[in-house]
Amino acid sequence: MAEVTMRVWRGDASGGDFETYTLEQNEGEVVLDVIHRIQATDAPDLACRWNCKAGKCGSCSAEVNGKPRLMCMTRMDTLPKGPVTVTPMKAFPIIRDLVTDVSFNYVQAAKVPALMPPPMPEGGYRMFQEDVERGQEFRKCIECFMCQDVCHVIRDHEENKEHYAGPRFFIRYAELEMHPLDQNDRRDLIRQDMGLGYCNITKCCTEVCPEHIKITDNAIIPLKERVVDAHYDPVAWLGRKIRRKPKRSAADAAVQPAP
Amino acid sequence: MTDVTTEHHEYDVLIIGAGGAGLRAAIEAGQRGLKVGIITKSLLGKAHTVMAEGGMAAAMGNVYPEDNWMVHFRDTMRGGKYLNNYRMAELHAKEAPDRVWELEQWGALFDRTKDGKILQRDFGGHRYARLAHVGDRTGLELIRTLQQKVVSMGTDVFMECKVLQLVHDAEGRVAGCVGYWRATGEFVTFQAKTVVLATGGAGKSWKFTSNSWESTGDGHAMALWAGAKLIDMECVQFHPTGMVWPLSVRGLLVTEGVRGDGGVLRNSLGERFMFNYVAPMFRAETAESEEEADKWYDDHTAGRRPPELLPRDEVARAINAEVKAGRGSAHGGVFLDIATRRSAEFIRRRLPSMYHQFMELAGVDITREAMEIGPTCHYFMGGVQVDADSQATVVPGLFAAGEVGGGMHGANRLGGNSLSDLVVFGRRAGIGAAEYIEAGDVATSFDQGEVDAAISEALAPFDRTNGENPYDIQHDLQEMMQLNVGIIRNAGELDLAIDELDKFTERVKNVSVKGGRAYNPGWNLATDLPSMITVSKCVTNGALRRKESRGGHTREDFPNADPELGKLNFAQSSDGGHWDDPVSVHESSILIMPAELKALLEEDL
Repeated sequence: MAEVTMRVWRGDASGGDFETYTLEQNEGEVVLDVIHRIQATDAPDLACRWNCKAGKCGSCSAEVNGKPRLMCMTRMDTLPKGPVTVTPMKAFPIIRDLVTDVSFNYVQAAKVPALMPPPMPEGGYRMFQEDVERGQEFRKCIECFMCQDVCHVIRDHEENKEHYAGPRFFIRYAELEMHPLDQNDRRDLIRQDMGLGYCNITKCCTEVCPEHIKITDNAIIPLKERVVDAHYDPVAWLGRKIRRKPKRSAADAAVQPAP
Repeated sequence: MTDVTTEHHEYDVLIIGAGGAGLRAAIEAGQRGLKVGIITKSLLGKAHTVMAEGGMAAAMGNVYPEDNWMVHFRDTMRGGKYLNNYRMAELHAKEAPDRVWELEQWGALFDRTKDGKILQRDFGGHRYARLAHVGDRTGLELIRTLQQKVVSMGTDVFMECKVLQLVHDAEGRVAGCVGYWRATGEFVTFQAKTVVLATGGAGKSWKFTSNSWESTGDGHAMALWAGAKLIDMECVQFHPTGMVWPLSVRGLLVTEGVRGDGGVLRNSLGERFMFNYVAPMFRAETAESEEEADKWYDDHTAGRRPPELLPRDEVARAINAEVKAGRGSAHGGVFLDIATRRSAEFIRRRLPSMYHQFMELAGVDITREAMEIGPTCHYFMGGVQVDADSQATVVPGLFAAGEVGGGMHGANRLGGNSLSDLVVFGRRAGIGAAEYIEAGDVATSFDQGEVDAAISEALAPFDRTNGENPYDIQHDLQEMMQLNVGIIRNAGELDLAIDELDKFTERVKNVSVKGGRAYNPGWNLATDLPSMITVSKCVTNGALRRKESRGGHTREDFPNADPELGKLNFAQSSDGGHWDDPVSVHESSILIMPAELKALLEEDL
């Protein structure tokens, strides 16, 4: 019977080490299946986060052989022969074993000024497929946070987390900025507080996205252009001076009447 | 007795569960100025709602102007084999369109018709194309929209917190709950004027299921223990199309949208066998030949509906019968074929996650090959008995919405009616909770005795050194329920299941866990097992009592529907309130429908 060997990082914030588990190989299994079998037998306390096991919820992100992957969508038979190393995402503080504290992302989410549409007409808004498609690409995001994990601005520089939203939130801002109904203006916020300028478009985020969202090309670069245009274009600058449209806080924008 | 100091929080409205129903309830209560807290067992945005693929049913009439709430109501009642709480089905059909439009105000981006309205797709049991959708990831759109709305309102969300039990006041009103943080294993109490249960389903007690680890029926069980009643627990939906291969993904959902968009079911002989399984109640509206069925996709007036789009219970039973007759696929399923019927470009655009899922997990290109599929445990029609308008249970202060609630779907849920159920009744639960608080008769104390008992019980597995591994118990429970309380049932197997469940109860009392309390999945599972056992017992009890076949409940020994049993729900209640106490089953008459609604069921709408 063929076997698989897993080297799994075990530990917590105070430190840890690799544990090796050798199991029988089963046809068609993904990394998460093998982790589950370890839990059910040798190590019931092996911590790992997961939910849907179908690549739809983005819970089971970890680093498989050093690369960010969804464990539920990584088939064992696609990995090179030899031991498979599984470690927690590096950019986030460890809670235990493969589970990290991803609260940074929820802090960033709370800073996003919400959509501000005009009042809804009778029978609903009219929007066209080609106009919603740009936003739909970004809304495929399953919040696995692997783009955040791999982004070198925060992966190697914890101190940047205070003034850097990261790729996941750049696509969120791009989605809102390109939304056919949005009347909010977040460009100053994105430039000043969200650290868009730190991104030097190395496309690491795009490479790891399990939803194949073109994060750099379709969100970050257009967003950079918009933000820069708004800031340096003298006509736009004058327009802002005359018709001052302050950026709204998330709480202001949230007060929308139900239809 | 406990020496554990617990963290304590206080809210007006405490919502347990952060899927579609819980988040929509939170928005409603928050907009009414109440202090709202949401508790979730996972991270925010990961709830089972994300798994919903095909869409959200609402009679907006964007594709077929003939559609309206009355047709949707009729379809829902027929799909539920008339066991539904008619008032819920009525409210749902009337309010679903407003709930969809409101999601657009909050940022959702649905697929569009040519004239810019929300596009609607066909699904089983719905007379007209009625499902608002975003490709095949509609659940993700719903949860993300509600999540972003809740976050923008500044609502408190407590993530990775497992609730063990509800807590009462001295008069028996609900006063909050006790739970623990998964990250640290420390205990926490929440005191609240109202509690809204929005915990979803309980499919994790079956071996082949589309449900995640979370669906252990915590809300069903906690409601029962707290004094509420569960109805229709025997009505479990087995979704006809789950993956069957590779084994490790068996049960994973394949959206009904595949059939709505032209996919057909074939057996190993290549026959479109669904034509042989059209029940009399659906014959008048179902196509008799492949030619007639194929015309329908482009023009619903040119032919009648293909039989592949019968309600889910009908299709699941047909697949089961084909496999039993020896006409199944190599891995015990049948074939779902869209490859020979639609272009590769169409399939990739309309069904991107299905394409992805089969390509990555099974190595199957669905634009070239048929998918191997079979029934998978998917949804609980049964749940906490509630008042249709307010979602209130019989326990003062306790509300339930979404899958944990019972009645809306009767004996079988139509695809697409779940996402709309979440937002229609999530909102109503928020209103119900607000009105209950306004009436002023809320809990006045918090029973610390209940808290202490729940905590010491949760810690007990650490003290047992030679007990059983919780994973072994879960594994055996799943095998047992799959075998004896599956899609087709009989008295012998159900009796056996009752005996087995008594043995499982004893095994759970002897469970032991290794390691510490911080993020310990073994311990987390040990604390889920009481809910899983309680809910499994209720399903089995209900299945034994319902000596007929109706919707999601099929008895081999009683293959027909019994009109007398169609007039009642089996309601279950706990005799003592502890998880291992006996459960009683009572007959509870279904609501009598007003004549004008009854007339809609017979009219040719």
